[in-house]
Amino acid sequence: MSDMERPADTELHAYLDGELDDTTRAEVEAWLEANPDDADRVDGWRHDRDGLAALQSEILGEPVPEKMQAIIRRAPQRTDSGPGSWMRAAAAVVLLVTGAAAGWFAHDLAKPAGGEKDFVRNAVGAHVVFTKERRHAVEVNWGKEQDEKHLVRWLSRRLGRPLNPPPLNDAGYSLVGGRLVADDGGPAAQFMYQDKDKKRLTLYVRSARDAEGTAFRIASERGVSAFYWIDRTYAYALVGQIDRERLVPLGELVYQHLDKPVEKK
Amino acid sequence: MTIRDDIVENVPRLRRYARLLLRDPVSADDLVQDVLERALSRLHLYQPGTNLRAWLFTIMHNLHVNQAVRAAKGPKTGIDNDAADNYQTAVQPAQTAGLSIRDLERGLASLPDEQRAVILLVGVEGMTYAEAASVLEIPVGTVMSRLARGRARLRNFMNGEDPASEGAGQ
Repeated sequence: MSDMERPADTELHAYLDGELDDTTRAEVEAWLEANPDDADRVDGWRHDRDGLAALQSEILGEPVPEKMQAIIRRAPQRTDSGPGSWMRAAAAVVLLVTGAAAGWFAHDLAKPAGGEKDFVRNAVGAHVVFTKERRHAVEVNWGKEQDEKHLVRWLSRRLGRPLNPPPLNDAGYSLVGGRLVADDGGPAAQFMYQDKDKKRLTLYVRSARDAEGTAFRIASERGVSAFYWIDRTYAYALVGQIDRERLVPLGELVYQHLDKPVEKK
Repeated sequence: MTIRDDIVENVPRLRRYARLLLRDPVSADDLVQDVLERALSRLHLYQPGTNLRAWLFTIMHNLHVNQAVRAAKGPKTGIDNDAADNYQTAVQPAQTAGLSIRDLERGLASLPDEQRAVILLVGVEGMTYAEAASVLEIPVGTVMSRLARGRARLRNFMNGEDPASEGAGQ
């Protein structure tokens, strides 16, 4: 590296700030070893940088002032659109559709944060795994009254809420059945539907846990789309390898059904 | 963790940055409150999963620039040595802070706003050049040149030289 040209100052700063790739960093290091004057300059910048980092650092240990906390807490939660506020949800659908048309609404799966992201990933993952199954797609088949009752009771008990799978027959999808899925150590319910071409949709439900509430959203990855929403207590996703435009009205149907009081079976 | 918790977590850093920018604790906290108000009113524009801290700092930067523009139209302009002195009295360094810390504060105050912002985002907030560029809405190359110029200037100040002569190599 002795024949290396003198690095530009910006490069020396990039070295100091850890912005260089391995090769360039090694080159700059070699240069600094051979050129103590430049090494001194970098040391000077480092000294200043580290000194600045200590300025006012005591603020970091102070509690957040009450007034600021109040600002953050008082604005209306955008999670308010839980079941029961159908008007707002309807407005959300309109937003969703226009938003999707405008293109900005299209979150990909990498975008949603934290618990929300985990939820969508798990819902899509379960969809991909179980819709591939021919014989064991569901644990309990829909069709016989006894099985239907068993499935609803079972999943409702495990999820801690009455959980009737919404009928999507009018939209061309019949219920295949359902299963319990392990979702990061907690229970999730998956209902599976298919159309006459055996194209499958899954409805995935679990408690919201750490996921923040959302209005209706769509996430897509590798051809699989999830229409999902999270209310105060539960998270729901309708997942399928279908166009967003077709998925949205189906998700709307599911929402409407789940929003209704469940009649006792 | 809700997004509100995440915002609360970022407040101490916002406060420190504001204080280093404005040199006055009261105006600094006012600025942070403005940032929070604006962030909460625009929460629907925040893309979940993207860099929340960078988003909040961008809001702060924009508010600060607007305020600086407004202030520049008034009688008092720019950062001069008086401002550096005010900074000194308004923000007392920790008791144990030695002379060089005070010098650093004065040196920081002597820098043009744009260089100070880059130096603080990279050196104090530990942002990558790309993050600083997105916060300040400038190209990465501009971050790099401002950083080099600002640090050279600060070094000159610390060495008791004329800060305006930005040293060799630049």
